[in-house]
Amino acid sequence: MRRIISVLMENEPGALSRVVGLFSQRGYNIESLTVAPTEDETLSRLTLVTIGDDHKIEQITKNLNKLIDVVKLVDLTEGSHIERELLLVKVRANGAQRDEVKRSVDIFRGQIVDVTSSMYTIQVAGTGEKLDAFLQALGEHTIMEVVRSGVSGIARGEKVLNV
Amino acid sequence: MAILLNRKIEETQVELLSGGDMLVRALQDQGVDLIFGYPGGSALHIYDAIFRQQSIKHILVRHEQGATHAADGYARSTGKVGVVLVTSGPGATNAITGIATAYMDSIPMVVISGQVPRDKIGEDAFQETDMVGCSRPIVKHSFLVKNAEEIPATVKKAFFIASTGRPGPVVIDIPKDVTNPAERFPYRYPEKLRMRSYTPAGKGHSGQIRKAVAMLLSARRPVIYAGGGVVQGDGATLLTELAKRLNYPVTNTLMGLGAFPGSNKRFLGMLGMHGTFEANTAMHHADVILAVGARFDDRVTNTPGKFCPGAKIIHIDVDPASISKTIVADVPIVGTVQAVLAEMLETIKSSDEQPDHSAIVDWWRQIDDWRERHGLYTAPRYRTNGALIMPQDVIRAVYDITEGDAFVTSDVGQHQMFAAQYYLFDKPRRWINSGGLGTMGFGLPAALGVKIAHPDKEVVCVTGEGSIQMCIQELSTSTQYHLPVKILCLNNQALGMVKQWQEMQYEGRLSNSVYEESLPDFVKLAEAYGHTGVKIERREDLHGKLQEAFAIKDRTVFIDVYVDPSEHVYPMQVMPSGSMRDMWLSKTERT
Repeated sequence: MRRIISVLMENEPGALSRVVGLFSQRGYNIESLTVAPTEDETLSRLTLVTIGDDHKIEQITKNLNKLIDVVKLVDLTEGSHIERELLLVKVRANGAQRDEVKRSVDIFRGQIVDVTSSMYTIQVAGTGEKLDAFLQALGEHTIMEVVRSGVSGIARGEKVLNV
Repeated sequence: MAILLNRKIEETQVELLSGGDMLVRALQDQGVDLIFGYPGGSALHIYDAIFRQQSIKHILVRHEQGATHAADGYARSTGKVGVVLVTSGPGATNAITGIATAYMDSIPMVVISGQVPRDKIGEDAFQETDMVGCSRPIVKHSFLVKNAEEIPATVKKAFFIASTGRPGPVVIDIPKDVTNPAERFPYRYPEKLRMRSYTPAGKGHSGQIRKAVAMLLSARRPVIYAGGGVVQGDGATLLTELAKRLNYPVTNTLMGLGAFPGSNKRFLGMLGMHGTFEANTAMHHADVILAVGARFDDRVTNTPGKFCPGAKIIHIDVDPASISKTIVADVPIVGTVQAVLAEMLETIKSSDEQPDHSAIVDWWRQIDDWRERHGLYTAPRYRTNGALIMPQDVIRAVYDITEGDAFVTSDVGQHQMFAAQYYLFDKPRRWINSGGLGTMGFGLPAALGVKIAHPDKEVVCVTGEGSIQMCIQELSTSTQYHLPVKILCLNNQALGMVKQWQEMQYEGRLSNSVYEESLPDFVKLAEAYGHTGVKIERREDLHGKLQEAFAIKDRTVFIDVYVDPSEHVYPMQVMPSGSMRDMWLSKTERT
């Protein structure tokens, strides 16, 4: 099962390597990983997507909690949550293609953030599935470069992850 | 004016110290009086600070691995934090094996390593290695000290982390320029620590404890399975009281030996791969297992899918990640062994329920029958009438001579298993061995660490001619600091445990497990270091020569005993795919 685990950790050098090291050391998967400081500059928030059965996920969360740098964590997939990923894609856009691409961007509620005479740079945010669908809609031949941020997420409703 | 004056007084009270002096002062303030180490370039400022003080004694080992094992032996035998000081690069990497050894057995240790100066880090400088990176998977935590001002708080944190919760090694890596004697900073040792991200477990959940007690009291075939956590967590007295009150049988893991008195009639012996017939069989047939400070290691469970099919499992551990890792617990309890056992005992005392007396009597009758048939001590399987010295007899003789009261360290292999099986430990912290990592070379330096802590006690390092050669250089440390220990070498002229597996599983193809007449004369070698050497080759000489050797108290004695080279360790669980009770009892008999 796919899980999104969100971790608040000390914003210290070496903290990230301990988290990543734990996954390789114990043979756990990381599908995606994103990390940045929070509004409290002593804390970083790391969101990772992993795949495993309940037993494995329990071991992952227990072992993450054991890391001294980890302050708190939550398995977002345990409850209702919002997940977003950012996609930036450069596509070839010449002549009639330009309108066609623009229409797809509008349908997926994306934005064209940079333009040249033969290229668009497009930004789309959403779930991984939506981004997959958008890339499919573009058609492979027009895509020059793709970059995805990895999943970020937050719980719905009143539930918060803070210290 | 008054305010100004106060400030002035305050300022003069704050001492200015260099980073090196700060480190040493912080260690003193932490109560450290002993360091095991080895100097080198990046650690020289620190070594100079050590030279200029008296309260901390430094033991110069002969190899950094020896420093870590000696600190480890010291920690295991006292319960205090072992402290190690090494230099950067090779000093740090040489310490790695000892750090991993301590990590696997949850031993409190603080390892301070020198590092190249801050502006050289990452430039492949001379003797540079990324110690924090190298040690990351085998430490509980690590610090790279970036500024001298951080030193006092870092030391305080390191000792707190190393010694609380599930203990473990902590590395403090300090760049050389941070300890520069020319730069001084205000020193103040923090009285309190605030760590929002680290709160070690304390009391157990009372509801879970009541559930566990109810399950325990309703058991008809209970077994208490106690591990190293009971020894390290100082829970042996409580565990013994619990077992005696309930009249339940106890088995200990390799790491847990001494957690329950080995000579007590309720003790079934060690369990697991080389556990006793009665311990493994009782586990297999148990209906309730109380696991305390044990982690269901693969050397205990054999095939997890076949582990104790009829048993409900209560699991007490300070580390939640150890619970339900390999074997699912029915009643998990996270807490210190001491706190949880104390609460369990109280709950039992105040409970109206009692154990089912007749069921327990029947259970003991069954266990006694197993013991009678195949017990290690009641029905010995090894030859007792041949011409050669049997390794089991050597351990039994030493047990008698030392009246079961020695500190016994061991290396890794057959001799380790014989010692674990035949030396009955009545007290915790007496059996010092590398159980998790299985580090050859551990025994001798660990024995020196134990001897420093217990100068008036008999310390015996049980070893083999293979293991002893992995840290034999520490014979010199024993000479320098007058640390008289006994080295009991069960010499079978081969890597015995490797050979046993090759004979059992590889049709006797002894690939690289024999030395082809290349062994040193250990008697002469011991003498070269200023010690006494004794060689025992004949069965009839065993007791007399051992007596003589153990009568020597003022110097290290290397006792080289030539034992039957063909002997195997039994019982041995059948692998792969066997259950707890599937064992070889000798070369030809199986359960």
